Amino acid sequence: MKLEMKDAPGQLVAALRPISEVGGNIIAVIHQRDRKGERGEMLSVQIVLELPDQRLSDLIRLIREQGVNIQRIGHERLLYEKTVIVIGHLIHTDLGDTVDRIDCTGFAEVTGLNISMPAITQVSSARLVIKAVNKEDMEQAMEILRRVSREKDFLLVEPLEEVE
Amino acid sequence: MRVAILGMGSVGKGLLQVINQKDLGITVTAVADSKSALMDRDGISIEEVLEAKKIHGYCGDTSLSSVDVVTKAAYDVLVEVTPTNATTGEPALTHILQALTRGRHVVTSNKGPIAREFERLHRCAAKNGVMLRYEATVGGAIPVIHVLQQGLAGNRVRAIYGVLNGTCNFILSRMAAEGLSYEQALLEAREMGYAEADPTYDVKGIDPAIKLVILANTFWKKTVQLEDVDITGIDMITNDAIRLAEEEDCTIRLIAEANPERGILRVAPRLLPLSHPLVVEGTLNAITIETDLAGEITLIGKGAGSVETASAIIGDILFIRDFHAGSHKKAP
Ligand SMILES: NC(=O)c1ccc[n+]([C@@H]2O[C@H](COP(=O)([O-])OP(=O)(O)OC[C@H]3O[C@@H](n4cnc5c(N)ncnc54)[C@H](OP(=O)(O)O)[C@@H]3O)[C@@H](O)[C@H]2O)c1
Repeated sequence: MKLEMKDAPGQLVAALRPISEVGGNIIAVIHQRDRKGERGEMLSVQIVLELPDQRLSDLIRLIREQGVNIQRIGHERLLYEKTVIVIGHLIHTDLGDTVDRIDCTGFAEVTGLNISMPAITQVSSARLVIKAVNKEDMEQAMEILRRVSREKDFLLVEPLEEVE
Repeated sequence: MRVAILGMGSVGKGLLQVINQKDLGITVTAVADSKSALMDRDGISIEEVLEAKKIHGYCGDTSLSSVDVVTKAAYDVLVEVTPTNATTGEPALTHILQALTRGRHVVTSNKGPIAREFERLHRCAAKNGVMLRYEATVGGAIPVIHVLQQGLAGNRVRAIYGVLNGTCNFILSRMAAEGLSYEQALLEAREMGYAEADPTYDVKGIDPAIKLVILANTFWKKTVQLEDVDITGIDMITNDAIRLAEEEDCTIRLIAEANPERGILRVAPRLLPLSHPLVVEGTLNAITIETDLAGEITLIGKGAGSVETASAIIGDILFIRDFHAGSHKKAP
């Protein structure tokens, strides 16, 4: 997100504090000074951050309470997480490719992979953590995974998600 | 209330014993098995017929058949508890249609005809002014059909999720509890009498899919067929997969899911948190119903067994007596 604040001591710290309060994680801070005539010296800051699900509106409120102006909220990235289990000949069927099919979408990523491999002739089982920007993208990622599973004869065990 | 019972297997015998032991106001006027039948308009002796079945392997007169009972015996309710045939629904389909056409109520535990011909059977019952009840077809002793039809009347069912097959649930919970392989757990299920010699119907998810069809027909639309269900069984589940699930405080259960809003009809192994109400142990069944007014309701209970299934059948018989009194045609 892009923030605008007075270029005064303590302002940046005040603007960033709410992020940790909502359990967020700062990934990058980029700032630049703008000259803005009558409103004096302003500081423009871009922050890339990771937030727990559903906390964005809390963060916006808290930042505004600090008297900081939010100019723009960019793309939400990878906020939605799902764990699935895949059973099959994962190695023989190119595990890298299986993961790639999700990663190459650009909107979803395999961020965790735990695999157990019994004897070479037996099927292996893996736990995959998938992250996506939002629910719709996650559903699309799952659809890709379902297709790959059909192709490669995997059993895909999806989480049970109930009606909201 | 006079009942005729077709089928003297585990369910039929359990039902006869319960009727004999409890003073429920139910008189058995006819019984039939695959080889014989027995009729008496004043009521047969339940003890004698159970004894005869034990000694001879058949219950009555070998010159009579189940069809004689359906068409000639004096009864108010036909109880159809012959074996399930998921493809044709027979012989139960013919039995049920004949009884309904004769103006008799029908209570059944037989999934075949209810899943295959739901709409046709209900039309036939309505046309003849009688009731067709099938509580025992889904979830054994759990009164889920009563809950859907009576208890939640006026609600819109948004989704149903359930553990509808005790054999699969037993296998998965034993794999989790004892670290057994799928093959070992299946063997144990066989030894305990929970799995058939040919376990295909259960482990491939067909049995829970048939029950899902019955539930969907009850609360969603009357034309759902087995072919509409996306079915995955449990026979590929590994012990490693269950361990990987447990590391995340989850486990794997075979879940039947019907969601009209999303057009989902699916039976598949799913990941569930260990604390989830549908994570039940052993042969138990569990069903969660999500509705617009009541919110979420979960029912847990025994999904099979002779007396447990008889409980569901008796609930249906007494429901007909209490809520449909006098509107059936009197038998001649
Ligand atoms: N067992 C359960 O816990 C349970 C639970 C829910 C639903 N159900 C359903 O309830 C039904 C009965 O189950 P069950 O376990 O009792 O089965 P079962 O032990 O196999 O008994 C079936 C009975 O039906 C009789 N039969 C077969 N063909 C017949 C015919 N044409 N006319 C009259 N009788 C006939 C058999 O006769 P013979 O004795 O001469 O072989 C036997 O007595 C099935 O549809 C099953 O799917 C069972």
